[in-house]
Amino acid sequence: MVGTRACLKRGGGLPPWSVLQGYDPDGFYDEMFASPGQPRRHYGRFQQLFDPIDPADFEQRRNDADLSFLRQGVTFNVYGDSQGTERIFPFDLVPRIIPNSEWEYLERGLIQRITALNLFLHDLYHEQKILKDGVIPPYYVLSARHFRREFVNYQVPRDIYIHICGTDLIRGADGQWMVLEDNGRTPSGVSYVMENRQALKRTFPTMFEEIGVRPVDHYPQELLKTLKHVSPAKVIDPTVVLLTPGPYNSAYFEHTYLARQMGIQIVEGRDLIVRDNRVYMRTTKGNQPVHVIYRRVDDDFLDPTVFRRDSALGVPGLISAYRAGNVSLANSLGTGVADDKVMYYFVPRMIKYYLDQDPIIPNVPTYLASEEKDRKYMLENLDKLVVKAANESGGYGMLMGPRASAEEREKFRGLIEQDPRNYIGQPMISLSTHPTHVGDGMFEGRHVDLRPFILYGEKTVIVPGGLTRVALRKGSLVVNSSQGGGSKDTWVLFGDE
Amino acid sequence: MLSRVANSLYWMARYIERADNAARIVDVNLQLLLESRRLDAQQIAAYWAPVVESTGDEEAFKERHNQATGANVTDFLIFDLENGNSLLSSVNQARENARMVRDQVPAEMWEELNRLYLFVKSDHARELWADNPFAFLQQIRSAALTLVGIGYASTPHNEGWNFYQAGKFLERADKTTRMLDIRHATLPRRGMPGAVSQVDALGWSAVLRSCSAWDAYKAIHGSEVHPKFVSEYLLLSDEFPRSLKFCVEHVDASLRNISGVASRRFSNDAEKLSGRLLGELQFSTIEEVFEIGLHDYLDLIQVKLNLIGEALFRAYIFQPFVNLEDEILVQQEFQQQQ
Repeated sequence: MVGTRACLKRGGGLPPWSVLQGYDPDGFYDEMFASPGQPRRHYGRFQQLFDPIDPADFEQRRNDADLSFLRQGVTFNVYGDSQGTERIFPFDLVPRIIPNSEWEYLERGLIQRITALNLFLHDLYHEQKILKDGVIPPYYVLSARHFRREFVNYQVPRDIYIHICGTDLIRGADGQWMVLEDNGRTPSGVSYVMENRQALKRTFPTMFEEIGVRPVDHYPQELLKTLKHVSPAKVIDPTVVLLTPGPYNSAYFEHTYLARQMGIQIVEGRDLIVRDNRVYMRTTKGNQPVHVIYRRVDDDFLDPTVFRRDSALGVPGLISAYRAGNVSLANSLGTGVADDKVMYYFVPRMIKYYLDQDPIIPNVPTYLASEEKDRKYMLENLDKLVVKAANESGGYGMLMGPRASAEEREKFRGLIEQDPRNYIGQPMISLSTHPTHVGDGMFEGRHVDLRPFILYGEKTVIVPGGLTRVALRKGSLVVNSSQGGGSKDTWVLFGDE
Repeated sequence: MLSRVANSLYWMARYIERADNAARIVDVNLQLLLESRRLDAQQIAAYWAPVVESTGDEEAFKERHNQATGANVTDFLIFDLENGNSLLSSVNQARENARMVRDQVPAEMWEELNRLYLFVKSDHARELWADNPFAFLQQIRSAALTLVGIGYASTPHNEGWNFYQAGKFLERADKTTRMLDIRHATLPRRGMPGAVSQVDALGWSAVLRSCSAWDAYKAIHGSEVHPKFVSEYLLLSDEFPRSLKFCVEHVDASLRNISGVASRRFSNDAEKLSGRLLGELQFSTIEEVFEIGLHDYLDLIQVKLNLIGEALFRAYIFQPFVNLEDEILVQQEFQQQQ
């Protein structure tokens, strides 16, 4: 069902732009081609430079890129694999290109959204005006799994809850951008943004200068600024650390990468100790104070004296030190409530309520199973809808209605009826496609999304672009790395062509 | 520096050195076998048994194999993952430790170690081993040397480096004593050995080769290979980088770089023990070693090296870790007092 193959060919007599000749978007919105043989304006220069590369040369460069990822250990761990297998996150050499004016639109939309989300979290953990004014039914918030009622009225530094957000954007059949979900807990993937750029610079060294691509490598500096911005009051030169669950976490590579780039220590729970409500790290020269923790550990695992008692990843006493205001956490505690897919439904209302604006980037139309009308519609249309559990991520806990077996659909019918609060439905969106190498110098359309990373500190910073994830399996709409996804470098141009 | 990081760097260095030494010992003994003709199974077993013994994993070997053969000994030393000290296990461990502290390991070192890891676990490595074991072993030794080179050429010589060096030289000191011990069965228990047979001389030259000391030794003693001179060179040489004294000097220097305490003083047990051992080696002669008996002497040294390692762990690494359950109690008690 996805595009006709296009083949890398080089030889006399072929017209220019032969590389992707024959590539057919096949009815999908394709990022590169408006119609067969007609590249969009912002891909024009890229194609001129890409075209002269012959298949053997391309294959060589692709191998080099893969090898270099493997050698550098740019890998993720696969869960449920007893061998502890590490895989490279498959990387496709054809970049995804976004013209500057379009990026500016996305930037405005993302800033609007993160601002509203932070205002919402502040409100939710203080006066709860949005609930009292009836804009969001209180039931949904109070039943949200990641709502931390014990932190109501707790003052987070500078009122920032989500410091780092990874928002997933998609484009449907008409090319309209939409927000698919907000990841306001511990979003990952940003290291691939930088590593992919490095890899592509090595692969196509001359293209960057000629095309004019906005750089992404200032992300670690911006992240460090964002983290230092929330250091506890009175600390002049804060010590920032990155708290990782450890080497067996699937994103461990990213943790070490970011720590190294920021020049901060990466610590595990057992490296930290709390005394008199202050956090220290254990070093060869004794205990040293810590002021800001960029934690890549979920709320539940942070402190075994408060949350899961069986957590060996956390630091006993950490939450008490956090409450005392002696250490800051990024992201703050309790942001998971904004990740809840039911809360997602209400984000446009939040934007309206707090900012008195209409959402710049729309949501995907969503049905809430606990609303009777919606539930009825969902149950009647399970074969047309995508059903998602409210608190799962990584592509787990999901039903792709049109592609599921009758048995799977029945299973979800039961789940929805049992626990409607925990399910939402969305129409199946045919994600936009992008020419992607599928082997032997052949290119086909594969579905893509985009995850920009938003830093909310003294000012809001978004490195141009983000992580383009691509579903490498033919026809698949699931882009998650755990489910056979790969990634592309994302180029935001200085101009529009 | 985080204690956990210091610990990982220390073990990473030890395991790289261990892998390198496994390659050396197999390499030299395989080569030596090529020179001996027509050995029967008994003789072959007698040839390999002390090699296994020298690694200290004799019991683990005997659990799995009745009699030593070239194939099962080399497999045990190279590919056996159940042998925690085999080459493959050592490379895995070195790489795993590096992975734990990925941000502290220079990119070049990590890439080289990762390359070595990918090589040893590949099918290609097995094929190469079956086809041409010397080429296989050469790859390992080159990688080990490259890692040493990267360390000297492009790693900041900071605290982490000193933990790395301490680990490397402790491991190397231990391995040198073990290689030297391989031929102890041919020596009198105590006292200076007399003239040696040609076969024994060949065995002692293999010991030198295992330590890469053959050329250096010849430059001093010519081609006369005698256990007295071999032992003197490998234990007491001031200048040879794998001699026991040289290694202990470096362990001691690394420990002092970590703490900043001058030589002839100490601030913890590790420094006390390494300083003491160094003094002993500085004021010993090979005659005194043979009075004690080479094998017994080497046993004593190995114990002392272990004690230095344990003391280092207590001084910098072990002390700060606490039991999670106890710590939860401490916090709960504290929180009640407020």
